Amino acid sequence: MAYKRQIDRLPIPPKDAKVHNVTCHYCIVGCGYKAYTWPRNKQGTLKDNAFGVDLSEQQPAEGTWVAPSMYNIVKQNGEDVHLVVVPDKDCVVNSGLGSIRGARMAENRPSDVTGTQQQRLADPMVWRNGVWQPTSWDDALDLVARVTARVVTEGSEDDLVVSMFDHGGSAGGYENTWGTGKLYFQSMKVKNARIHNRPGYNSEVHSSRDMGVGELNYSYSDYEVTDTIFVVGANPLETQTNLFLNHMVPGMRNGAKFIMVDPRRTVTVNAAEEVAGKDNVLHLAINEGTDMVLFNALLTYIVDKGWHDKDFIEASTYRDGEAVPLDEAHPAGLGSLEYALESCRTSVEEAAEICGVPAEDIVKAAEWIAKPKDDGSRRKCVTAYEKGIIWGNDNYRTIGALVNVALATGNIGREGGGCCRLGGHQEGYYRPSDAHVGRPCEYVDQLLINGGGKVYHVWACDHYKTTLNAAQFKRAINRRSQMVKEAMDAAAGGTREQLVDAIVAAVNAGGLFIVNADIIHSQIGQAAHVILPACEANEMNLTSMNGERRLRLSERYMDPYGQSKPDCLIAAGIAQNMERVLREMGHDAYADQFKGYDWETEEDAFMDGYHQGNPEVTYDRLRAMGNNGVQEPVVGFDNGKLVGTPRLYADGKFDRHGREDKKALFCASKWRGWQAPGKAREKATHRFWVNNVRANIFWQNQFLDQENEFIQDRFPYPFIEMNPEDMAELGISKGDLVEITNENGATQGMAYPTETMKRNQVAMVFGSPAGSQGNIVNPGVNELVLPDYKHTWGNIRKLSDATPRAKGVTFKSKEYRA
Amino acid sequence: MRCKKMVDVGRRQFLRGSAFAAAGVAATTVTGTQASATPAPAQIDYPSTKLGNVADLAVNEPVDIEYPDADSPGVLIKLGQQVEGGVGPDGDIVAFSTLCPHKGYFMSYNADDRTLNCPGHFSRFDVEAGGQQVWGHATQNLPQFTLRVDEKGDIYAEGCSDLIFGRMSNTL
Repeated sequence: MAYKRQIDRLPIPPKDAKVHNVTCHYCIVGCGYKAYTWPRNKQGTLKDNAFGVDLSEQQPAEGTWVAPSMYNIVKQNGEDVHLVVVPDKDCVVNSGLGSIRGARMAENRPSDVTGTQQQRLADPMVWRNGVWQPTSWDDALDLVARVTARVVTEGSEDDLVVSMFDHGGSAGGYENTWGTGKLYFQSMKVKNARIHNRPGYNSEVHSSRDMGVGELNYSYSDYEVTDTIFVVGANPLETQTNLFLNHMVPGMRNGAKFIMVDPRRTVTVNAAEEVAGKDNVLHLAINEGTDMVLFNALLTYIVDKGWHDKDFIEASTYRDGEAVPLDEAHPAGLGSLEYALESCRTSVEEAAEICGVPAEDIVKAAEWIAKPKDDGSRRKCVTAYEKGIIWGNDNYRTIGALVNVALATGNIGREGGGCCRLGGHQEGYYRPSDAHVGRPCEYVDQLLINGGGKVYHVWACDHYKTTLNAAQFKRAINRRSQMVKEAMDAAAGGTREQLVDAIVAAVNAGGLFIVNADIIHSQIGQAAHVILPACEANEMNLTSMNGERRLRLSERYMDPYGQSKPDCLIAAGIAQNMERVLREMGHDAYADQFKGYDWETEEDAFMDGYHQGNPEVTYDRLRAMGNNGVQEPVVGFDNGKLVGTPRLYADGKFDRHGREDKKALFCASKWRGWQAPGKAREKATHRFWVNNVRANIFWQNQFLDQENEFIQDRFPYPFIEMNPEDMAELGISKGDLVEITNENGATQGMAYPTETMKRNQVAMVFGSPAGSQGNIVNPGVNELVLPDYKHTWGNIRKLSDATPRAKGVTFKSKEYRA
Repeated sequence: MRCKKMVDVGRRQFLRGSAFAAAGVAATTVTGTQASATPAPAQIDYPSTKLGNVADLAVNEPVDIEYPDADSPGVLIKLGQQVEGGVGPDGDIVAFSTLCPHKGYFMSYNADDRTLNCPGHFSRFDVEAGGQQVWGHATQNLPQFTLRVDEKGDIYAEGCSDLIFGRMSNTL
């Protein structure tokens, strides 16, 4: 049954409704929205309203409209108010377009009136008497501080393990990365930390940075004026929707050609064909994991043809052989173009063989990327990549090989160029140095699985749904958590001191005391002993930057739910309690390290952190810049406006690696087959390659969407796209529940027949609460602890006929067909 | 550039529809400021509009309709097999708005796989599955018109499941 909202009219915002700037807190694109709030007992009229539009008339395409998902009733300063959140026509990022994610921000707000998002955490909770009992902040933070302080003083800070987001948007942002960063990297020097989506504390693009190229170097407008859009391992129509629709589509309409490297045909390829025409779209459906070979062949062919940008290479890149040798921290050597080519020279024919695509298509790609135009002028090309190679085979060398092509063709720092990751969340990283973490960093998941760590602080991450090797991870954490729960249960009725003693004894015996700050009671939160309720963007003021480094202030328009707080203030609360407890314990000098958290608001945290490094930037100035904000780095304040930087490296000087010569380096990206341990054997012994993919309808691990009926009605179970002939062979019908298994574990989902899927390959949606693809991903990582989530092989069997819910779902092709 | 042309065609058709609209508009006026007024009903009243007769429909040949008024284009389809929300002797007649509930582009019917497809941003909806969005950007499924068939086989629209694009109220 398709979900029907049964709503046939909505309240109209009055002319005097309050208007707030909103940057969508989901994907990296950061679309601008406007939030209107007004008192419950007021409304506008058809002729006189906040939109200034005659609503008695049918509005045209692209006209003003409030979808029911854009409406809610929320608390503002303790009062129930109407809320409408609509896309902003004046924002240059999205020009009024909404996505299926952002256009549901209003209905995904917690509301006691309309009943939405009642899963949101309202109170701190402590494991007590066999259940989680709601309690006060003082009670919860006292327990967190007492256990943490005991463990790190009796042992060391290495006994404290931390999982923390490093992103913008949602619960991230400059305020919250600073709050958590100051706690763990300044007051303490926690080494055993990991980031929300990978099992260590590291960069996803080490090689690009080591080459001098920061990974977000262009402006979205570059897509509109380029000659070729070259996308690798990404699906931007689904995952950076309005970047594709509002910038790539205009680029194609202006004549840009479109190259996609992806083993799977996606809706992005289909839409590009619709816009540009099939003759102007090249889909290189390579064999999985062979991207590096393709890039090496492109580089070789382009240089051999003399299409590389010799002036740029001479002026802006290192010219003297090897600059950085291959070593433990550098999985490939770095140096001049010629140095790199010694390792990565690859013929088109070799690449065609390994990648499984026609040689002439590789030549065509090289021509579209670099062949000078008929009048001799250089061709412009934007290169964009994401998880297909970030979470792919041999991350360091593969990304390096791609950046090589962009550097060789002079396509970084120039209009119509750029070589960028497309991104997941927005960015919003401002923390003290993480140098103490080391490189390579600790593989934290393995540390925990092997019994390491005693106290575990988890911030807005749900590894149970999103990590690799998840089946083993969950078993280990559950077992270790249970030891502490049982100790806490046995200490029921005792004093705080007795409880802390019991917990410390349990962690010394192999248990793990888990503190979870999150907005919902997550799956990993089921293993936690203390749960701290956080709020999100717009329940607090929050600053982030998008994929073109566009910094905005997304304003608070409603109250945090219940007792929930911004993460930065939760971190401050932990620090204050640590200081108090450590002083009681007689550790005065250590206690002093936890001073400096007297923040009352998120703005205080912003001023203590980001503002110190960027003194021009304040909340007031950002508010004045509205939804168009300013592109980082901010270089001044002039005429009442912050002055930003549209494009990095416009002066041809590259500095991300920190080299004084400011010369970019090429990467000696020598192909070595399957890099991560166990991948080659797993491929050889299982039938299906299980590609791990995203869908526009879900945001990440569906943390809010798991309670959104419109979303769950469409996909009640994680979809597994599968070739219909494979399904027939295995006796699987559309909608049937199937299980995928291998030596790492098992997972399940719903078979979705897909004509364009290759035989013996399936595409399973990532991070689902109803079936984690990570269960079957082996623990293989690269030298710098970057996981290869994308390469997993398994066998498939039918578990069950389609359930009644699955029978109500459409299984038609996702591709637009006029 | 086929796509762009499609968008323009959709837009023209849609705007042409608007020109006929004016008459129906004045009927609904918000009366919330008049304390002594008769209370408005809790839900809006939909017109009962005859869309056609069962005998005139052929399987998989969509008929353009307008409901609840001339500004709101839609489609009436006989699918040949019983479906969700289907009426008529075979339970196979359905009707939907054809304005995409993402940005309001006029959608076209693909008879091969029985979907409505939006030329604006590539969303598509399954008319055999209650208007469920197969893939796209809309935050709701397609508004489906509530149908009734009388003893003569005349088909009437008398309601709508979701808010139609471009209006704060389904009846203007």
